[in-house]
Amino acid sequence: MEAENKSTNSGTTDKVANNACPSVRRVGRRKFMYYGGWGVIGLFIASVLGSTVRFFFPRTLFEPPTMYTIGYLFEYAQGVSERFKQLRRIWVVREVDKLYVIGAKCTHLGCTPNWLAAEGKFKCPCHGSGFTPDGINIEGPAPRPLERFKVTLAEDGEITVDEGTSFRGERREWDKPGAFISV
Amino acid sequence: MDKKSDAKIKEVVTSSQIWKSIFRRKHDDTKRSRVLAIVGNFFMHLHPISVARHALALKFTWCMGGVTFLLFLFLTLGGVLLMFYYHPTTGEAYWDIKDLHYSVPFGKILRNTHRWGGHLMVITVMVHMFRVFMTGSYKRPREFNWAIGVILLVFTLLLSFTGYLLTWDQLGMWAITVGTNMARATPFIGHEGPFGEQLGMTAHNDVRFALLGGSVVGANALLRAYVWHCIAIPLIVTFLIGVHFWRVRKDGFSGSL
Repeated sequence: MEAENKSTNSGTTDKVANNACPSVRRVGRRKFMYYGGWGVIGLFIASVLGSTVRFFFPRTLFEPPTMYTIGYLFEYAQGVSERFKQLRRIWVVREVDKLYVIGAKCTHLGCTPNWLAAEGKFKCPCHGSGFTPDGINIEGPAPRPLERFKVTLAEDGEITVDEGTSFRGERREWDKPGAFISV
Repeated sequence: MDKKSDAKIKEVVTSSQIWKSIFRRKHDDTKRSRVLAIVGNFFMHLHPISVARHALALKFTWCMGGVTFLLFLFLTLGGVLLMFYYHPTTGEAYWDIKDLHYSVPFGKILRNTHRWGGHLMVITVMVHMFRVFMTGSYKRPREFNWAIGVILLVFTLLLSFTGYLLTWDQLGMWAITVGTNMARATPFIGHEGPFGEQLGMTAHNDVRFALLGGSVVGANALLRAYVWHCIAIPLIVTFLIGVHFWRVRKDGFSGSL
């Protein structure tokens, strides 16, 4: 009851003050403390929640390297090479006039497809997606072709792969420089 | 011993300070005593004071909520025991499971009952929801408790999902690969979902990254699954079960019509 009276009183004072200078909207001490106090508490809670969310995104990762070498051009005959599938999860494909690297990761839900040499296609064991030797999706639920990684020739002629840059066929990126090495 | 000495022993025990400090009052067979037994007991205070006989009929409740709770308790106890022999690291996890299966005393039955109990809990939660739905027990004034129940279903599924990875075998590994790849397609916060790419989401800053603690299912993902499975989610679920039971007490059993 007392508080109510007080607020009514301060309300009247506000009114008088506003009349005296209508362009200035006055905030009483009580309201100032109210919003200030809750503001500080709100800021505190927001920063605690924010830092907790940030906490779940690690700065340092201990994951396999995304840049590595895979030997020399002469080591690859025409066709699909499974040489680095176990170690790097990639296929090295050599065609008549070029060489490129396909990531062995199904574009449906990320399983590792198998290379069926007899049938001449990649086949995913999880949900049955199939891909041609150049990585184009031809059957099953995969929505787009397998991705290719950036390949360059180092100065000594060794092939370098950079998984940091990938090329997507459905975006017509396979003709871009870096998506293949001309042979 | 004769009846007289029996009564005397009873008299001495029940009038002792130890007895009186634990049991505050006489437990006789009156309605008041039965009510006080529920109200005054820590373990029973979440339970309704009185329940109509028809509301407990097995053909009405199927006892699926109770069985789910029992399974949760059982899985918690068994899970704590399993934790004594399990290391959540990529080098040890799989072999610890093998050890549990083939060399730890009673490890095989402990592991198998934890696995089957987990599967069963998902089923009983669903059957419980089916019963609540079919008897209309979700209707006013129990809408809030239905919503709590839906959240509990989600956490039950998450418990099952996170436990799947801990065996660190091919089955669990690829299940979590597939499951977290679905998270890539989350709108806004997944890097392959609607508007994700436009908002600058990549494989290294989206929701999947936070779930796995990395961009691949590796050591961080295993440790995260372990902490979520053994500590974080059980704590959340325990809290929500408390709320769930409290609402049953406050709203009353729906009972048969």
